Amino acid sequence: MSMESLLETFFAECEELIEALSDGLGRLAAGESGDDLVNAIFRAVHSIKGAGGAFGFEDLVSFAHVYETVLDRIRGCLLAIDAEVLRVITRAADVLAELVENAQNEGSGTPSALAQVRSALEGYAGVAPAAPLHEPSLDFAPMAFEPISFDLDTPESGGRWRFVPDATFYRNGHEPLHIFSHLRAVGDLKVSCDFAEVPSLDGLDPDGSYLVWEIESSDLTEDVIQQTLQFLAGLYELSLVEDTVVIPDVEDQPSRPVSADTPAPAKTANATPASPRATLRVDPERVDRLINTVGELIINQSVIGQKVGGLGLEQNSELLSALEDYRYLAREIQEAVMSIRAQPVKPLFQRMARVVREAAEATGKDVEFVVTGEGTEIDKTLVERLADPLTHMLRNSVDHGIETVAGRAESGKTPVGTVRLSAFHRSGHVVIEISDDGKGLDREKILASAIGKGLVPEDARLSEQEIDNLLFMPGFSTAAEVTNLSGRGVGMDVVKTAITSMGGRVTIATEFGRGTTFSIILPLTLAVLDGMVVSVAEQTMVLPISGIVETIRPARKDVKSVGPQEDVILVRGSFVPVVALGKALGFASPHQSDPTYILVETESSGILALSVDGIWDQRQVVIKSLEGNYGNIPGVSAATILGDGKIALIVDIEAIAQLAASTGSGPCLSEQGIVA
Amino acid sequence: MSNATAWADDDVVEFVSLTSGGQAFCVEIAHVREIRRWSEVTSLPHASPSVLGVINLRGAVIPIVDLSLCLGLGPSPSHARNVVIVASVNSRIFGILVGSVSEILSIRRDEVRKNPTQMKENEPNYITGLLTVGDGEMLRILDLTELVIQGPERG
Repeated sequence: MSMESLLETFFAECEELIEALSDGLGRLAAGESGDDLVNAIFRAVHSIKGAGGAFGFEDLVSFAHVYETVLDRIRGCLLAIDAEVLRVITRAADVLAELVENAQNEGSGTPSALAQVRSALEGYAGVAPAAPLHEPSLDFAPMAFEPISFDLDTPESGGRWRFVPDATFYRNGHEPLHIFSHLRAVGDLKVSCDFAEVPSLDGLDPDGSYLVWEIESSDLTEDVIQQTLQFLAGLYELSLVEDTVVIPDVEDQPSRPVSADTPAPAKTANATPASPRATLRVDPERVDRLINTVGELIINQSVIGQKVGGLGLEQNSELLSALEDYRYLAREIQEAVMSIRAQPVKPLFQRMARVVREAAEATGKDVEFVVTGEGTEIDKTLVERLADPLTHMLRNSVDHGIETVAGRAESGKTPVGTVRLSAFHRSGHVVIEISDDGKGLDREKILASAIGKGLVPEDARLSEQEIDNLLFMPGFSTAAEVTNLSGRGVGMDVVKTAITSMGGRVTIATEFGRGTTFSIILPLTLAVLDGMVVSVAEQTMVLPISGIVETIRPARKDVKSVGPQEDVILVRGSFVPVVALGKALGFASPHQSDPTYILVETESSGILALSVDGIWDQRQVVIKSLEGNYGNIPGVSAATILGDGKIALIVDIEAIAQLAASTGSGPCLSEQGIVA
Repeated sequence: MSNATAWADDDVVEFVSLTSGGQAFCVEIAHVREIRRWSEVTSLPHASPSVLGVINLRGAVIPIVDLSLCLGLGPSPSHARNVVIVASVNSRIFGILVGSVSEILSIRRDEVRKNPTQMKENEPNYITGLLTVGDGEMLRILDLTELVIQGPERG
């Protein structure tokens, strides 16, 4: 195993341990208590420290050590958990996680809160490092007393012996290991080997016996040993080294408080893994290959289905029912395979808890972070790509959404603000909501700011929703001055781009003075897309459902010409520009006799009506990239394979709007203010 | 430019000979993954004229290029014997539509003649060498990287 793969394993484990740590702290915060819980927390920190030490991450280890000392005092009931202690150990978990991240990214930066948290921890650990070392051992002594009293009753019990086998021992085929395991069956045993008498190679007699073992036991007596080994009589020498009782090692009693400065025993304690959940680490590429192949299977299944359907067999024929089973099985496999990539959002949400705590700390606000639906599963790649957008949005919520304590008092709210992060499934999508009970969006201020920045013309009249969406415009920021958290004006448009690139969208719901909710709506997976199959210029194409608002077949009189090439449709009182899809894609389009219009929502041009020749189907399609073998095509995001084995292109609605705008055949909303 | 420089003189190289636009060419067999019959393509918007479209090759979406158009020999007439050579170059997979594929030739490296029309050493040229076969017929060796991947993009 190379160093790199070891490191990789270490960081993967750290991730799990930090998850366990935050989990434990969360339970503590929720009012749970108990030795197991504190032990679990301690073990997590200790394991990180131990493994970190092996890789030489000194910052990490020294911090983990102080942290561990405090946790150990809690474990030993020397320190009671109150709100302040809880706050410090929770912050310490954040710092620890950050240190791990730094180590992973080979960054040398120090977490900003490190010094502060460290000194707080040191305060709890006892001023001098000697103190924690000392106190637990006071606790420890009376425990050790018990065997002593036992010792008085049976003086021979326990001791340390030298076990010296002679050469015949080996010649007869005996094996020390077996002997000791034999003894261990009778009583407690600790064995060490003394190599001192092994000569150098030139003086070594291959048949000689040079090794000497020291055996230590708390409950065996010499008699017992002799008896147990009587089948070896004469082949070994046993001499008593020390008569004193050997104190059973702390290893055997993990429930006893252990000084943090004796790492060895605690290490054994964490040998039993804290998490009962068995997981399998698999290279994501293998899973992707499996997903691809299963996608093929599904396509192949529907090809066969269509072919057989064309044979005109009787409804109840055996072939059809076998085919139905096949279809069912194929879907089952697809779902199972897709679920391999699915991952609960919990680790992501735990990281977000850190973000909120840090933001609250930095702004001096009192914020409670509430998480729901952390078991909701989404595609692993989505989990990773959500981290940055969520970080931005949560910081914004704390920084801009939640008022200061004084501000909250003024508006008659509880002093502690609430930021809520929730995830749930809704009709084939994953919804992630970030809501705060802060001051809500001030639309007047937003509009004024947008006008002031020249993003919107002064006389623009925007609907409430349009004003809210100004937040996502590049270069928009209402914060009067740049804070170190947010306010650089790069946040929300980046968020929007990131989410759109995942095939999702963001919506805002806000009530002035009451709070704001951002909803991120994402597809369940990146490998499959809900699409509407349409025909355009004799081609079959797929439009992603996520962008479609509705489909309409307007009365002829509602389609009006604005210019020679430009049409608009009157939809419920407002004019919607028409984009001929075939033309935008550069296909020579035959005259559309009776087009169907699909209303789509775009970022750059608002609502557009795409004209297509016909709508065939609405179905899930497997996304196939075009870029690997061909390259990027304007207006097309990817391809898919339809039931008949033919390829259909997946239309990128956003790009179409831009193409249409640039070729002049499409919309120009400049008089409305939102321009491409 | 091509893998030609890596050959030793006594290496035997295999070529697939083909016709396109009524003329004879060959490509190195190492780039050929399979040869299949023509099947209907899905056209791509905004593609260069020589890119006929994409096909589904057992789940992979691969573009099909009309070799004859690429070579400036006019579009391939549709013919029952038209075949698609599926090639893989620089981990990109694509198909080239050719008139026909005839045989596989084993040629010693030192029998490959330099293309005399290639004057400068580093000048891009999609014909990397010449072969004479049998009755003195000349075959041109096509560099697919140069022709298909870099050619159209260069415009």
